[in-house]
Amino acid sequence: MSDSAATVKRLLPQITEANRHFWCGGADGRLHILRCGACGTWIHPYAARCPKCRSDSVAPEAISGLGTVAGFTINHQPWIRGLETPYVVALVELAEQANIRLMTNMPRTPIEAVRIGLPVKVFFEPDGEIFVPLFEAA
Amino acid sequence: MPLYAEKNTAISGIGQSEIFRKPQVLPFELATRACELAITDAGLRPEDIDGVAAWPSVPSGTVAGFGTAALSDIAATLGIRPNWWSGADNAAQLSPILEAVAAIAAGYATHVLCWRALGERWVPSYGSAATKAGFQLMAPSGYIEYLLPFHAPSAAIWCAIHASTHFARYGITREQMGAIPIVQRRNAALNPKAIYREPITMDDYMSARMIATPLSLLDCDVPCDGTTAVIVSRLDAARDLKQPPIVIEAVGAGARDRMDTWIARYDYPHMALHDAAAMMWSRTDLKPKDVSTAHLYDGFTSLTLAWLEALGFCGEGESGAFVEGGQRISLDGELPINTNGGQLSEGRMHGFGHLHEAVLQLRGQAGERQVKDARVSVIGNGGGSVGGAALLRRDG
Repeated sequence: MSDSAATVKRLLPQITEANRHFWCGGADGRLHILRCGACGTWIHPYAARCPKCRSDSVAPEAISGLGTVAGFTINHQPWIRGLETPYVVALVELAEQANIRLMTNMPRTPIEAVRIGLPVKVFFEPDGEIFVPLFEAA
Repeated sequence: MPLYAEKNTAISGIGQSEIFRKPQVLPFELATRACELAITDAGLRPEDIDGVAAWPSVPSGTVAGFGTAALSDIAATLGIRPNWWSGADNAAQLSPILEAVAAIAAGYATHVLCWRALGERWVPSYGSAATKAGFQLMAPSGYIEYLLPFHAPSAAIWCAIHASTHFARYGITREQMGAIPIVQRRNAALNPKAIYREPITMDDYMSARMIATPLSLLDCDVPCDGTTAVIVSRLDAARDLKQPPIVIEAVGAGARDRMDTWIARYDYPHMALHDAAAMMWSRTDLKPKDVSTAHLYDGFTSLTLAWLEALGFCGEGESGAFVEGGQRISLDGELPINTNGGQLSEGRMHGFGHLHEAVLQLRGQAGERQVKDARVSVIGNGGGSVGGAALLRRDG
């Protein structure tokens, strides 16, 4: 995905009280994920109780933004008008907890450099109040 | 083992419309034909049908699209006055079957007409027109809001990512996976209804246009217009009908874990289909070695590999070696799969094509592609966020 591809409008969610921390939290340059205040388990997406200890002390917290590529595809199909192909869609496991996985793109990393196990770090693509979390080789 | 309710039910009738790649007949008309055929096949009259179930649930007046036939419209068209109905939505495409089993167990119905009606080709905006317009989707909400914003509008991408992890972990190759579409195309040559019947070679497969690595065009099923209908009946009532009853030995459903299971499962790259397979085997004394034919979801070829492992036909990570070369999964192999050509060749009848074919095989009505003395068949439908499985057998 070249820089021009970045100008293609992403299909973005409606912001609600359940997802605001994730989609808008990048305004401070950091990734925010819900965390259990009792046992420290990271929770994504939204849940009202900690799935591990059932605590209701669940609130967003900044996370390192580091992770590894768990899986990826090089997409060749022109699903989206104006979007240059091929491009990478990757699944990143966050460093703090392996089952917190984010679908993402890696426009700053050459396609041939993307591999499973690649260490990555987050960056954000702003669009209005939303800061889309993307990743690049760390 | 408890007496699970499905063992007291059977598939008593099946019907399938023509299958069109190019739209020719209004999809609702195809749905009507399939339902009429199923009722006739069972030797029933429309007024004998006292339950209806179909997924997805669509509003009255819907005649084309992803689901083309509303419960009420089919009932009105055929003169059915159901006691019970369900726009089933749990065990992927098989959910109407699981719902019918429950309705029969509860005494709500005796003969439940179920269908899966596809009219995706009829929609004028399908294909190139949709690409030109861009995907005009609503702002995503729910699990999909974490997928769509990343230029990932298709299940092809989501399944490709699962496959990438699975293939890398176990050394599965595209050459191994390619045996599945090649064998299925060979089966489709024996199925007059199949959309694609010309043989394909490994060279064709390896040079096919890539969609999303590791999935090429020949790993993606074929959207079509058509409907498959089946009737689920209480077993004793089915035994009085025209066809030999095909007993529902066990069913399974799976849709657990976070984010509807696409990417947040604790055991990624496992999917909902793994839960469905485990639940199904927990409800029967039969084992994988008892299965004569397997009808495994092939919306994308990698899902078929995942079903083979989840159902225990081979070990975790061994599906590539299991299908390699294709002999084992061919009509005369130890585990014939997708004997009608599957969705990759027959067309995307969305799980119900697999169900229909399993019943034909167990009745001995599969014509040139009949597997000798088929007694037990397994169906695996869906995969990622929802999965459903069913084990069928001959009566007695």
